[in-house]
Amino acid sequence: MTIPLSLQFINLLAALLLLIAFAMLAQRRILSLINLFAWQGAVLALSTFVVAYTTSQHHLYYSAALTLLLKVMVLPWLLHRLIHRLNVRWDVETLLNIPTTMLAGLALVIFAFNLAAPISQLAQGITRGLIGIALASVMLSLLMMLTRRKAVSQVVAFLSLENGLFFAATSATQGMPLVVELGIALDVLVATFIFGIFFFQIRETFESLDITHMEKLKDD
Amino acid sequence: MMNNSEFILAIVFQLTQLLLVVLAAPLLTGWVNQCQAWLQNRSGAGMLQPYRVLHKLFHKDAVIAHNASWLFRITPYIVFGCMWLAAAIIPIIAVDLPFSGVADVIALVGVFALARMFIALAAMDIGTSFGTLGARREMLVSFLAEPALLMVLFTASMISHSTQLPRIVEALAHHQFALYPSLAFAALAFVIVLLAENARIPVDNPSTHLELTMIHEAMILEYSARHLALIEWASSLKLFAYISIGIALFLPHGIAEVGNWAGLPLAIVLLLLKLLAAGAGLAVLEVVTAKMRIFRAPEFLGTAFLLAVLGLLIHFLLGT
Amino acid sequence: MIDLQLMALLLIPLFGGGMLAVFGSRSWAAELNSLMSGLTFLASVALTMRVIDSGPQVVFGEQFFIDQFNVFLVALTAFVAFTTSLFSRPYMRIEQHHGKLSTGMLHLYYSMYQMFTFTMLVALTTNNMGIIWVAMEAATLTTVLLVSLYRTPSSLEAAWKYFILCGVGIALALFGTILLYFAAERVLGEGGTALLWTHLNQVKGELEPTVLKLAFIFLLVGYGTKIGLVPLHSWLPDAHAEGPTPVSAVLSGLLLNVALCAVMRSKVLVDGSLKTHFAGNLMMGFGLLSVVVAALFLSRQKDIKRMFAYSSIEHMGLITFAFGMGGPVANFAGMLHMTMHSLTKSAIFFAVGHAAQKAGTQQMERIRGLLQVSPTVGWGLALGTFAILGMPPFGVFASEFLIITTAMHEYPWTTPILLAALGIAFAAIFGKIQPIVFGETTAKPLPHPPALIPVFVHLLLVLILGLYMPPYLANWYRQAAALLG
Repeated sequence: MTIPLSLQFINLLAALLLLIAFAMLAQRRILSLINLFAWQGAVLALSTFVVAYTTSQHHLYYSAALTLLLKVMVLPWLLHRLIHRLNVRWDVETLLNIPTTMLAGLALVIFAFNLAAPISQLAQGITRGLIGIALASVMLSLLMMLTRRKAVSQVVAFLSLENGLFFAATSATQGMPLVVELGIALDVLVATFIFGIFFFQIRETFESLDITHMEKLKDD
Repeated sequence: MMNNSEFILAIVFQLTQLLLVVLAAPLLTGWVNQCQAWLQNRSGAGMLQPYRVLHKLFHKDAVIAHNASWLFRITPYIVFGCMWLAAAIIPIIAVDLPFSGVADVIALVGVFALARMFIALAAMDIGTSFGTLGARREMLVSFLAEPALLMVLFTASMISHSTQLPRIVEALAHHQFALYPSLAFAALAFVIVLLAENARIPVDNPSTHLELTMIHEAMILEYSARHLALIEWASSLKLFAYISIGIALFLPHGIAEVGNWAGLPLAIVLLLLKLLAAGAGLAVLEVVTAKMRIFRAPEFLGTAFLLAVLGLLIHFLLGT
Repeated sequence: MIDLQLMALLLIPLFGGGMLAVFGSRSWAAELNSLMSGLTFLASVALTMRVIDSGPQVVFGEQFFIDQFNVFLVALTAFVAFTTSLFSRPYMRIEQHHGKLSTGMLHLYYSMYQMFTFTMLVALTTNNMGIIWVAMEAATLTTVLLVSLYRTPSSLEAAWKYFILCGVGIALALFGTILLYFAAERVLGEGGTALLWTHLNQVKGELEPTVLKLAFIFLLVGYGTKIGLVPLHSWLPDAHAEGPTPVSAVLSGLLLNVALCAVMRSKVLVDGSLKTHFAGNLMMGFGLLSVVVAALFLSRQKDIKRMFAYSSIEHMGLITFAFGMGGPVANFAGMLHMTMHSLTKSAIFFAVGHAAQKAGTQQMERIRGLLQVSPTVGWGLALGTFAILGMPPFGVFASEFLIITTAMHEYPWTTPILLAALGIAFAAIFGKIQPIVFGETTAKPLPHPPALIPVFVHLLLVLILGLYMPPYLANWYRQAAALLG
């Protein structure tokens, strides 16, 4: 069972992606969370690049460049600016039971791997197992969205969810059509802008970015 | 089956290793301390300081509490024996050692656990509050570290299809080069376990006797003279054994096979380099991190467990 | 020819969005908005005529695909978008007059209204499963700022919930799309064609069943969040209650349909691959659960828009259930119910909007005696409520009757559940609306009768379709139902 080195490298990057997802799950400080997000984007761009190189699909180079630009530079920069202007740079998420969250995350990973196992069996060559990892990191981001109480960290979770999906799209299936990828990238960018607008509106109205204030609308 | 001459050769290798580890272990501890001293801009006590300490302790008269039982007296010998055995069965310079066939990785973890149990019992034997406190903390740390260590070893076993350390090393060292994402996770987990099990920063600090923080030191407060010397020596052996396991699992390249005299010098040089690098790395790690509160230790070790399990899962999924 | 009509259909709202982004704060922005929606509606009529005459076609390098099923939704969408724009013209002016909205907010509203129409039409007409996703996400993005238009704490909370939940939901749908592509790539090869629905439809028998099964679960959960299926519905009542009324009307009457259309496109592929009733069963399960849970929640509502939002969940559940049963009759009934629900529910929201505007509150306890205050609004709300509750001779009765008789025939055990849920919903809504319309009030009658032509146009259409279905229309629906399998 000799596996080409490029595939081993992609596997390693996939594992790294998952590790970063876990690190984000356990990270309490918002600033570090955003840096982790940028790292995740870098891993994503690198793996897309390797896939592009090994399968010599040229449009994947564009998506790698797009990822690098958007996920490593623009979005983290935007988020840094936002938390600077909102003055929440040093905010720390309290009420976060890390061991329990981690165990839940582990259970989710097992669940995702199980779910993806029949698909992994089908995949030929390069894609084996990557769908499972992508699914696992998507699930971890979902869990992060559930456990977070700060608006900014929820948004970072949302963006990292998108990262997991993008990994599935580029590495596991060797690239969706470029139109679709461009559309997705545009949507993500616009979504981040709208989130930014929201932060200001929320803080203006609630004088805090804690979304625990926003639990008034309920069916009683 | 080995023939006679090979068998004798293997025995020679084994005896060399036995002697080597027991003599070299304090040197490694000295090296780590010296590196730390350099990093902290101190001149340090020199790499041979642990030998001087041992020498001094062996020449003192032992003082033992009145209510100490036989358990207290024999514990240093048992602990020392366990650690020596553990260090002896890890393939350090050669793969095929006669002793190492006897015990696989699970037994190895068992040997460590045996030593830990005795030292904890002995700590409580005297009945001082410090001993009990130390024993309790030690158990807290170890009950979290042990499953993580087992998971790390399982990951390696899965890759090489064996729980025998020599087989694992052979499989990893003599295969063609491959990137193992699962082993990368396992290595991270192992580093955390190593720090915790050897009472290093950030879990414990071996150089203080601060009652709020100490774990390992609290257990051996009542020991003196030759007993203390044996326990100190055992600690050095334990560190040596752990670093050797780490090298065997994650950096086994260049190890010699039994009977390969030509490969032996190279293997020894490589081993020395690896040990020096590992010791220096450990020192750097200890200098740059701060000791964490004891209540954070479960979180820290939980991370190790998580990483190890992730490594295992990734091995299952990716097949590498 | 058809590409011309399609281009007109898509470019008019896009152009309108651009124009209104520039001129949105002028005094004639509302008229421009209505004009653009009117032109879009005309384009959709022209497109519909063509498609019914000449059958399904692909256009623009196969990137767009029109058949009887989606053209029916295109026509419905363009029509309701047009009438809603007519309704919103006076409504939003009064809101501005009351000081609830600034000129800047109206500017945003008008340009986003056109963009929202554009994204929905793209989602309906595209042939690319990936573009459907992009358009659905874009539809969320355009409406999320509309939900929080009033900038009140509760509207912000509703918009945040809407954004996060739909964002997560739609992300899961993207994963489903990726899985679909993964399966298609093995059959159709890499490149652009592997996400085109028409190509997928041709090879659906060869797609890997295990992958498609998983893909459909993700797609249903993802787009199902948008449809408002229980238990993924919690954003829907909040967004409908807190957003401006025209937005509630288009969200409820249109966006939910578009999401359901995306699910149906996937269902056709999955059915072809699996050759079992897996997808149908899943949809029936979600649909039934939505009907029951929404009916139970209806009686506990205090806010009038919130109550009708729950009624939307109930009806979308019913439609999902009908499509889940499958077969020509159930699909026909589902499409009919889709039409009826869109028309009726938007009419109700128009009436409710005026009623709440006049009362100055959305709390039902404090809105009383609408007939005395304004007979037009009162009768509009009363008739709309009768229609949505499935009273004959309105069209909702016909479609609900068809769904329930089909269910009785195919899945008899579901009938009592459906009937009980509909009964509970009837009691809840009727009991709450009756005093609002017929009760006594101390408020003075309004000097001027409000313009509620769209309400009565919608209700008239529902009434006519309930009494008599033209053969042309019936034939069209039958063809579309056959396409859905």
